[in-house]
Amino acid sequence: MERIILHCDCNNFYASVESLFNPKLRGRPFAVAGDPDQRHGIVLAKNYEAKRYGVKTGNPLWLAKQLCPDIIFVPPHFDLYMNFSQTIRNIYYEYTDRVEPYGMDECWLDVTGCVPAFDGGKMIADELRERIKRELGITISAGVSFNKVFAKLASDYKKPDATTVIPYESFREFVWPLPVGDLLFVGRATARIFERKCIRTIGDLANTSRETLKSWLGKWGEVLWLYANGYDSTPVARFGSQPEIKSIGNSTTLPRDLTELEEVKITFMVLSESVAARLRKHGFQCETVQISIRGTDLSWIERQGKLEAPSCDSTSIYKKALELFIKNWVPGKPIRSLGVRGCNLSSRQVCQLSLMKSVQQIQRREKIEEVLDGLRFRFGNKIVVRGTMLADKSLSDMDPQTDYPHLVLSTVHSQI
Amino acid sequence: MGKKYIEVAAYFDTEGKIVPVMFWWDDGKSYQIDRVLDIRRAASLKAGGTGMRYTCRILGKERYLYYDDFTNRWFVEVPDKVS
Repeated sequence: MERIILHCDCNNFYASVESLFNPKLRGRPFAVAGDPDQRHGIVLAKNYEAKRYGVKTGNPLWLAKQLCPDIIFVPPHFDLYMNFSQTIRNIYYEYTDRVEPYGMDECWLDVTGCVPAFDGGKMIADELRERIKRELGITISAGVSFNKVFAKLASDYKKPDATTVIPYESFREFVWPLPVGDLLFVGRATARIFERKCIRTIGDLANTSRETLKSWLGKWGEVLWLYANGYDSTPVARFGSQPEIKSIGNSTTLPRDLTELEEVKITFMVLSESVAARLRKHGFQCETVQISIRGTDLSWIERQGKLEAPSCDSTSIYKKALELFIKNWVPGKPIRSLGVRGCNLSSRQVCQLSLMKSVQQIQRREKIEEVLDGLRFRFGNKIVVRGTMLADKSLSDMDPQTDYPHLVLSTVHSQI
Repeated sequence: MGKKYIEVAAYFDTEGKIVPVMFWWDDGKSYQIDRVLDIRRAASLKAGGTGMRYTCRILGKERYLYYDDFTNRWFVEVPDKVS
């Protein structure tokens, strides 16, 4: 049976919410921007007026100002965006229980069976557009197709506030002339490979043999071939199904460039504590610790190492992170941002008992940290802090768990 | 048009439905809401905000009263010079 999949994408989500709450911004070029004093000074989102001047998401603020001298910068309000995102999802849930978020502002909906015919998909999409515009004051673009990949392609095809339909009967005429870079999961690097091989459109990709693509790109080559030919059969996740967490990490852009090891230690401690607390919250322990370091010249390295035993205590994670740092970073080279991540996750419920003293020590530390979690939950995060964190409050006075943009939770959906 | 937050007295029924009964302007004057004609979620592009929109009859005139359920505040659309 042919499926009816919708992909709904909120247009310029952050900027639309901001302009709803501040009508004076409407019609003027503006961008939602991070705080330059905190050195988060990049464009997070822009409206169509700013886009017309060539302002792009991720541009540093000086560049945005150069491109568009009249641009207005407004600070982000992440709690508001989260609230809007949830309200929009609740509207989707009124139509189907198969709603799969893809980021904060995009969702796939499987409405097969909710309407008698494929045309019904467009009807629902139009109704959703109207409802969201009327009830929340922002616009969405909707794509209707028979699989997730083409639904996403359709929603990107016409913006803002539009519905695009790609039916099975005519998908070749519609999809194949489009540039290959428009296809989901064809990023800049893959597009460059395709360019070298003279594959310019999705049709070129679809007509290349599956084996050839596999030899170029490995299993992803095969996956992209399936996508281009309309064979994507991944289901839309059901309401309430939990995504599978692959890793838990935190990173921060520092308030100043770091050159001293002592400063790095404080930052790693804050990040490790946050990562460990989040691992425990989700019932995980990690086997591998990964660090990321960005220099002031924006050079970037990522290194990882295995822990002695799977663990979720901050001391083990911190020690490993520091060890990796000392081994891989030139002493004194200025640092702009740091990140710590726990990978190779396993459930804490299944753990290897050990007679080794060091492992017993780790387990003892985990128990102590669980007590600290309880204290922090009841009395706030600052009720118990490590002595090292008092050495430089400008570095330690952050809460990576609530500092939304830096909170990274890598997931893949269990049903994909 | 601008946005003005106001004090409101409301009736909460056992089902959780909220119905405004009266409100106070910032000069201290109170106004009785004669009747609520419609309740629906809506955005106010004029005032800049969103929430549950109550279409109310006040002194024989129809006016919108918004309940912003994110910040738990009530607001109305007013001409710019009033806000």
